[in-house]
Amino acid sequence: MDEKILSKFFDRDDGHKLEVYEDHGGYDAARKAAEMSREEIVNEVKASNLRGRGGAGFPAGVKWSFIPQETEEDKYLVVNADEGEPGTFKDRQIMQRDPHQLIEGCIITAMALDLRYCYIYIRGELKFTEDIIQDAIEECYDKGYLGEDIFGTDQDLDIYTHISAGAYICGEETGMIEGLEGKPGKPRIKPPFPAIVGVFDAPTLVNNVESIACVPPVINRGAEWFANLGVEKNGGPKLYGLSGPIKNPGVYEAPSGITVRELLESPEYGGGMKEGKELKAYIPGGSSCAVLTPDELDREMSFEAMREVGSNLGTGCVTFVDQDTCMVRLAARLAHFYHHESCGQCTPCRDGTGWSAKVLDAIEAGRGRHEDLDLLEDMTGQIEHSTICALGPSLTFVVHSYLDKFPEEFEAHIEQGECPFPSWSLDDTKPAAAE
Amino acid sequence: MALQFSTEAEDQFQTIVSRYPNNLAALLPVLMLAQEEFGWISVEVMDYIAERLDVSKSQVFSTATFYTMLNKQPVGKCHIQVCTTFSCALAGGYEMLEYLEEALGIQAGETDPEHNFTISEVECLASCGTAPMFQLTTSDGEIEYFEDLDPDRVDEILEDLNDRLDELPDPRDMH
Ligand SMILES: Cc1cc2nc3c(=O)[nH]c(=O)nc-3n(C[C@H](O)[C@H](O)[C@H](O)COP(=O)(O)O)c2cc1C
Ligand code: FES
Repeated sequence: MDEKILSKFFDRDDGHKLEVYEDHGGYDAARKAAEMSREEIVNEVKASNLRGRGGAGFPAGVKWSFIPQETEEDKYLVVNADEGEPGTFKDRQIMQRDPHQLIEGCIITAMALDLRYCYIYIRGELKFTEDIIQDAIEECYDKGYLGEDIFGTDQDLDIYTHISAGAYICGEETGMIEGLEGKPGKPRIKPPFPAIVGVFDAPTLVNNVESIACVPPVINRGAEWFANLGVEKNGGPKLYGLSGPIKNPGVYEAPSGITVRELLESPEYGGGMKEGKELKAYIPGGSSCAVLTPDELDREMSFEAMREVGSNLGTGCVTFVDQDTCMVRLAARLAHFYHHESCGQCTPCRDGTGWSAKVLDAIEAGRGRHEDLDLLEDMTGQIEHSTICALGPSLTFVVHSYLDKFPEEFEAHIEQGECPFPSWSLDDTKPAAAE
Repeated sequence: MALQFSTEAEDQFQTIVSRYPNNLAALLPVLMLAQEEFGWISVEVMDYIAERLDVSKSQVFSTATFYTMLNKQPVGKCHIQVCTTFSCALAGGYEMLEYLEEALGIQAGETDPEHNFTISEVECLASCGTAPMFQLTTSDGEIEYFEDLDPDRVDEILEDLNDRLDELPDPRDMH
């Protein structure tokens, strides 16, 4: 894709400055939106086929229309900048390199839905991006872009950064709301949905950083233009983070619906596997998505195409796995991740992820029994549908898909009584640091 | 000695509190600030924050113990947090962790006797395309990412840190 929409400043070191952003047409979309009715903005976003970029792919305009308009109380926008899904590293680029596109997106979103306050919820580890975003916010206050009656409308908007302190579960939108209220990030039972009862009991819109950063181009150039950059039901350009043993790992902008093969092989993007490495598997959108094999390389990066094969587009950050990697060990490592990050409210998740990790460790260490495979499938199966949020069920997708796609690797461990793959380190898989 | 924010931290505290409709909502950023200021989050620090925000001690305790970046034990002056999660595991995260463990003579989860270094194994830090990597938190409150690491680069970083150790406060002495 020649013109960059979301990544135009990624290779500059001054793109975070208001002056540079405005030299490239920055805040024109906000001025345009100020002339539009609320309904027109929402309809534009609906027609753009913008899908949530935080993992679930919910149509952004449809989510926006759930925010009640008849109420008098202050409503909130919470931007999900908690980026923590393993394999995902795209939002951080926007936060670091192009904070004004994010802020302009917040401004237009607030105008569309009459949102009075906005919090950008930043994971604690990315604290260094908070300073960049905070500076950008201050530039906007100085210009009168934030505060009262913004862009000549009667909309008031204040934007604040909020720093978290280390918890993957706060990426889940209701866990995030709890964190924003100063509590442990334990997800809430839905309904009520945040659109009705969100932060401080007020109607709240939660959108991902990249989703919000897509809003200015939608308004500037129109829904049809945006939709046409993608494929059916998946509009616009998309940021893809490519990682694993490939030649050029990194974040790339490409159309929604591009094939995984092109992302991996094109010299413009991943550049193919590293010398001597052969592709064994890929995970399309963060560790919580089911694993796929190279015969699915021609699949398009859309929510529909990935769901057809039981996986998910997720965050659109693809992790490539090479032939030397042990899939049992990878599954075990992920089980430790989900166990460590489980908030502990729901027993099936808290205990199920822990027991799965133990069984997977045992198989990896050559102490597995054939019955363990059924046990694993059954145990992780019991997590799905029995938890408040989607953290635990993510491990169900991991374990079921790794068992389904690579049964021979599990069998080989059990039969040989040891792991047939080269080790990652001197003493193999270790549980993540507990507190 | 009763705890008290320095003048500079007090200003930041006031700014943070002013961003929220109630004090409890300020708790996470205030705890992060308190860690910068007091080195680690002891029960004494939690009590001080409870008093300053006028929220219950049990509320502060339950939040402080939920979040992994808040150290409930003092760490070393340099806290090296190595990602070994997913993409990092595939790209040498464990090898780098071991290299560090050997170089510093401590294991993940440990602090050296002088309290200069702590190594932790942590989960995905949104740096998967530049693996292997670690996050460095120093006791002066800085958080920095080091990416695309190899043994030579790690040696360089450790050398720089060794030169800075005298300037960095020992978290145990920060309150
Ligand atoms: C365990 C868990 C972790 C999540 N982590 C993130 C995250 O780090 N960033 C994010 O944007 N969404 C994350 N989500 C998805 C959010 O719940 C929510 O769907 C999203 O922020 C909505 O924004 P969008 O519609 O713009 O995608 C997570 C969901 C779950 C269940
Ligand atoms: S897996 Fe290590 S930074 Fe994402």
